[in-house]
Amino acid sequence: MAQTLTETAGTLEAMMPVPYAVTAKRQDTYDTWTLELEPVDGAPIVPGPGQFNMLYAFGVGEVPISNAGNFETDERLVHTIRAVGAVTKALCAAEIGTIVGVRGPFGNTWPIKEAKGKDVVIVAGGIGLPPLRPAIYHVLKNREDYGRFVLLYGARTPSDLVFLDEVKSWQSNYDVDLDITVDAGDTDWKGKVGLVTKLIPPAQFDADDARAFIVGPEIMMKFVAQELMNRDLPAAAINVSMERTMRCGVGLCGHCQIGPTLVCRDGACYTWDEVENLIAVKEL
Amino acid sequence: MRAVLAPEALEAIVDVLRRRDWRVVAPTVNDKAIVYGEIASAAELPVGWKDVQAPGSYELERRDDEARFGYAVGPQSWKRELLAPSVRLLQIKRANGTLEPAKDAVDRKRTAFFGVRPCEVAAIKIQDRVLVGGPYADEDYLARRKGSFVIAVNCGEPAANCFCASMGTGPKAEDGYDLVLTEILDGTHRFLAESGTDEGAELLAELPQQPAADADVTAAEAVTDAAREKMGITLDRSDVHDLLLANLEHPRYDDVAERCLACTNCTLACPTCFCTNVVDANELTGAAGDRIREWDSCFTAQYSEMHGGGTRRSVKSRYRQWLIHKLATWNDQFDTQGCVGCGRCITWCPVGIDIREEVAAIRATQEAKS
Repeated sequence: MAQTLTETAGTLEAMMPVPYAVTAKRQDTYDTWTLELEPVDGAPIVPGPGQFNMLYAFGVGEVPISNAGNFETDERLVHTIRAVGAVTKALCAAEIGTIVGVRGPFGNTWPIKEAKGKDVVIVAGGIGLPPLRPAIYHVLKNREDYGRFVLLYGARTPSDLVFLDEVKSWQSNYDVDLDITVDAGDTDWKGKVGLVTKLIPPAQFDADDARAFIVGPEIMMKFVAQELMNRDLPAAAINVSMERTMRCGVGLCGHCQIGPTLVCRDGACYTWDEVENLIAVKEL
Repeated sequence: MRAVLAPEALEAIVDVLRRRDWRVVAPTVNDKAIVYGEIASAAELPVGWKDVQAPGSYELERRDDEARFGYAVGPQSWKRELLAPSVRLLQIKRANGTLEPAKDAVDRKRTAFFGVRPCEVAAIKIQDRVLVGGPYADEDYLARRKGSFVIAVNCGEPAANCFCASMGTGPKAEDGYDLVLTEILDGTHRFLAESGTDEGAELLAELPQQPAADADVTAAEAVTDAAREKMGITLDRSDVHDLLLANLEHPRYDDVAERCLACTNCTLACPTCFCTNVVDANELTGAAGDRIREWDSCFTAQYSEMHGGGTRRSVKSRYRQWLIHKLATWNDQFDTQGCVGCGRCITWCPVGIDIREEVAAIRATQEAKS
């Protein structure tokens, strides 16, 4: 062996997908489905809240999808997927029993355990809710460990809201300050209309001792973070999840870089002070 | 271990390695360029050739001597050998009601890279850091790299686009090789050979040789000193990281975007650019498919494509991404520099965009402002 190479302890099997069967499937919206996956052989992987998997649709390709499972009580993988590209359309078309490939879990985790003893503010936009679901369940399971729990959920229209019954059950079963809004209502919508940022000024939390977790489109996270900072929540107390193209998920393909950071390796969870200046530069 | 080799001893290098059933890959002349290919004899080296490079221009010319390494770098780099342009990662069969992914059995011969320039030794070290130095390692790269044997050749004839002296990667290799040669053309045509590893010393011991005298060592130093002198410092990299990150909206990017064709040549020719895509190639039966990793480039629109469009739609943003990655954010990501100063991106740019000029232009107006 050439002695010029410094040996590494890096994991080698990261590109090998593991076969998982689709064991349950639910349509959430007109373009979004939730799949439950169980391994064909062996024990399932157990991701941490905030981590993602690379899901492989046979013959089509792979995409990074956040874990949406309730890992407090259940080891099945849950992924909520919007059918927008070739791979996500193939995944959303999978039937019960279809075998897909899974690589992961990759990326870092939400610092939800570190938020113990503090107020927790969750702000979700559209299908930004599923990636927050593991963190939400962690708080619900350990409800007495946390202070106030504020959950603000917004979507473009009522039909873009996902997991609505489940969200409402959290409100009735646990001590959750839930507020929901849509950008534009429809004839049946009796709730609030307006951007999710409008839910932040009236929200009840102690800015000196709170942690926020935001997932949604980049522009939504930006304005939500600004509103939270207007409430004197420090940027370092605001957590967001970034999204970029990924081919490998493990820091080797280069696609997910945003300036100095690789989203798959250093994220996808960041504090707002880590990414605010990067997002501010158009097309960085 | 150190010795002096006659030009004929290069044949012994090839002989010894091939008798071990190793591949020997070296510079050769092909398609009017110096390209890397497997050789069976040292006679296949580009004897008596030099290259004349300028932004967007590359020509081979005859030398008036028999120099074996009288040229700088060509369009290819050793990246072709280590991070191959296209590699099958997996074969996946759909059978027995499940997916059966399988990797190809790797039975790869040891490969000697014969004629690796100091900038390229530096590039290999950078790719080592990126591809096997993190929490996950690229398995195919690591296998190829473990099987590699690096015979470096110090530089005496830098091309006009060479700027390794600016980047601190040449013209003399300091480490990262098994064996290093310096070609001495004054007086008797000879090579100073120095081993960098035990394997390199073993090879050197098998070669016909003369002991190295102080005069040989001095002559070899003079070769690389002259090369350094000839190159000068053409890219000022003092504070270049902070300079580029403080000038992300610099108007120079509009200017370069007018010239850049987003053709991807610079990234393909670059010995450190490592971006790859993974694509599926399926059998028509639908029963099996391959997952193939292939070179990709940040200059394509598809590179950053997500739902809702790409994050870098303008050519301006893609050039900026490449430039800041090479000279600034690479350091943040991997704690190593991304550019080795080989000049390939300048030579093989069809419109002759020169990274040195672009940095200088940003620096000039930055300095004017402050």
